[in-house]
Amino acid sequence: MNRGVKLALLLVLFASACLAPILVTNPARQNFLILAIMSAQLGVAWNILGGYAGQVSFGHAAFFGVGAYTSSLMLIRFGASPWLGMVAGGAAATAFAVLVGWPCFRLRGHYFAIATIAVAEILQVVFTNWRAVGGAVGLTLPIEQEGLKALVFNTSKLPYYYIALGLLVASLLASWLIKESFLGHYFRAIKDEPEAARSVGISLTGYKLVAIAISSFLTAAGGTLYAQKELFIDPASVMATSLSVKIALVSILGGVGSLLGPVLGAAILTGIEEATRQIFGGTGRGTDLILYGLMIIVVAVYYPDGIVGGILSLRERRFFRRPSPGANA
Amino acid sequence: MTFEILLQTLLSGILIGLVYALVAVGLTLIFGVMDIVNFAHGEFLMLGMYASFWMFALYALDPIFTLPITALMLFALGAAVYQSVIRRIISASMLAQVFTTFGLMILLRGIAQFLWKPDFRSIDRSLVSGTVRLGALQFGLPQIAAAAGAVLATLLLGWFLNRTRLGAALEATAADREAAQLMGIPAQRMFTLAWGIGAACAGIAGALLSTFYPVFPEVGGNFILVAFVVVALGGFGSVSGAFLAGIVVGVVEVVGGFLIGPQLKLALVLLLYLLVVLVRPQGLLGRA
Amino acid sequence: MSALLEVRALSKRFGGLLANQEISFAISASEIVGLIGPNGAGKTTLFNCIAGFYPPSEGRVFLDGAEVTGASPEKMARLGVGRTFQLVRTFATMTALENVTVATLIRDKRLPTARRRASAALEFCGLSARAAVPAGGLTVAEQRRLEVARALGLEPRLLLLDEVMAGLNPAEVQEAAALVQKIRARGIACLIVEHVMEGIMPIANRVIVLDYGRKITEGAPDQVRRDPAVIAAYLGEA
Repeated sequence: MNRGVKLALLLVLFASACLAPILVTNPARQNFLILAIMSAQLGVAWNILGGYAGQVSFGHAAFFGVGAYTSSLMLIRFGASPWLGMVAGGAAATAFAVLVGWPCFRLRGHYFAIATIAVAEILQVVFTNWRAVGGAVGLTLPIEQEGLKALVFNTSKLPYYYIALGLLVASLLASWLIKESFLGHYFRAIKDEPEAARSVGISLTGYKLVAIAISSFLTAAGGTLYAQKELFIDPASVMATSLSVKIALVSILGGVGSLLGPVLGAAILTGIEEATRQIFGGTGRGTDLILYGLMIIVVAVYYPDGIVGGILSLRERRFFRRPSPGANA
Repeated sequence: MTFEILLQTLLSGILIGLVYALVAVGLTLIFGVMDIVNFAHGEFLMLGMYASFWMFALYALDPIFTLPITALMLFALGAAVYQSVIRRIISASMLAQVFTTFGLMILLRGIAQFLWKPDFRSIDRSLVSGTVRLGALQFGLPQIAAAAGAVLATLLLGWFLNRTRLGAALEATAADREAAQLMGIPAQRMFTLAWGIGAACAGIAGALLSTFYPVFPEVGGNFILVAFVVVALGGFGSVSGAFLAGIVVGVVEVVGGFLIGPQLKLALVLLLYLLVVLVRPQGLLGRA
Repeated sequence: MSALLEVRALSKRFGGLLANQEISFAISASEIVGLIGPNGAGKTTLFNCIAGFYPPSEGRVFLDGAEVTGASPEKMARLGVGRTFQLVRTFATMTALENVTVATLIRDKRLPTARRRASAALEFCGLSARAAVPAGGLTVAEQRRLEVARALGLEPRLLLLDEVMAGLNPAEVQEAAALVQKIRARGIACLIVEHVMEGIMPIANRVIVLDYGRKITEGAPDQVRRDPAVIAAYLGEA
């Protein structure tokens, strides 16, 4: 697929994304769209660490929660603007990520994945028992003002959609810039063959920290938006492992390591969630989980590069053998 | 007074720790034989709990008696899972393996939720209901029975691995797959066996737990994290390590929870995981 | 000519096993030095100690007079030491060009410049035609050459080649040998671990022989070939 076609497709996608909420007037459906966009943004953020650099994290909710809590606390305690809170939340999440990442990046593959679960769960337990930040009860955000400056919209949820879209575009831009720069090459080298990467001068921990810093910042920004939209956060809703899993899922399904894969994954995931909810009511009675599970297994076994990877390889007839098992670190 | 309470918590920790050990043993066996971390291990435990529960609820069969049936069912399931899914990702990248067992975890949870709804179930009256008093100390009989069952199962597994030819073949495959194959030990069969035994261990643990622990689709999640900590502490791949580590983790959890507060139990245990993998990655008895 | 690489009394212990025992030698620019010996002699261990993948237990390593003992692989790369791996470790999902670009980025982080340098390295190794192919889709011989191209991307002064001719047919061995000679002609010193005698003996300036972790002799290929100690080491192993 040459560049011209790709660009055209992207523009069409963007245009339809901008128009969608105008064409869809049902507020429930609009909410679905907002959720889809927000999921996509989180997926793109996750992908920078998990897809590009190959460091699979099942604990990203920690960054999401740190973002949400930072901006919310700043708003409640100091009346700070949520936009400032978004940046502060991002910074806080980045600091936390680097602090935690530095020792943990020594761990390979599944040890690291489990460690991310451990860190996020510990954080959730801490916040659940920390009365100063609301504990298990959570935080309710004040709705004194409305409008763009206050990042609260009551009469119509549409502005949330466009802000989410803006965040998604920003995240995609960051993702694209990484991909097209030396960082993209370095991340992929680290992902493919860490030892060989070292032999050509790449400091593994250093660059993994860069990846997690960017990834956590963007994820935290998403957390702030969530907090401003729902106007209520608690550890169970913004720090749970189930949320971390959903964030990872978006990229795993859509295409680990591809730019737009997470967007596709988010569309599919949110779609399935809505569909199963409508058909089976309530939480979908597990049917969404069954579908996710099946999809992940199929994708992991047959298309480890996600659906996008699968499509790409079909189109370009790329077919190369995997290196010997001993080669992967 | 405090000494007795401490002793009570210590022994309670050991009791649950033995069950953790059994769960972890299955997990570490699979890892030792084929280098795959089974993220769906908690779900085998969950299914063992449900099997036990339904046989009790529908046919009034006591969990202690249906234990062998549960074990067999989970063995078959583990072997089936290997043959249908895992077999295809033996040589795949670690990422693909992680995602696959992860997907399996979600799939099994979804199936459980769909079939049996998210409600909490429990077995209220079984052969081992009641409490046991030892002076000022008091223990639940189900917990004691579960611990005893776990020890039995682990000893059985140890006997199998160390004293039977099949067990030796399994250990050989774990130590050096190619060498074992060159000696005529079929790797595929060993992998299927490992998955069967691993799942059975989790299933037995589930059956034992069902006498006092609530049964619900997400219950696997409670145990998988602890299992990871135990496996890491014991050393990935070491069965005896998992056994020792299970007891340690159980004690840390219960005693720690008593000293710091029960809501922070999980954080404590997870902190232990981080400490172990960062400070001593090979755990207590693992291979480097 | 002063030594580019100097290894002084290097020893490496793994628990109770002494893999390298007081090995000393020096290499100068524009030299091809072969490192041979029976299996288990400690060749790759020595390599890994020099390249920084683990520090030696004893002894010192000098690069151009400056001490680099125990330096990390990343540091060695920046100092101009490139290496290839015994079991090929190309970046499988990246194209041949991208593989080498990862290395050329060490000097200049701008992609266009790095790509140009990478293309040149690919051309030098005869892989220009395969530049756009993912490394996982190349043949073993091509992947070995790609590893060499990648190491060359660092613009190294010293190249450590680990069994770069293993598993190749005779024609491919000759191609590999010719490539190493081209590299020497550029002024780069090459230390080559090798089992394929027909490949290394004709092109080496000097050969170092290891056996049971010790250096048993060092000299011109013809000399070494006829050394009774060397013959005994190899025959004794059969």
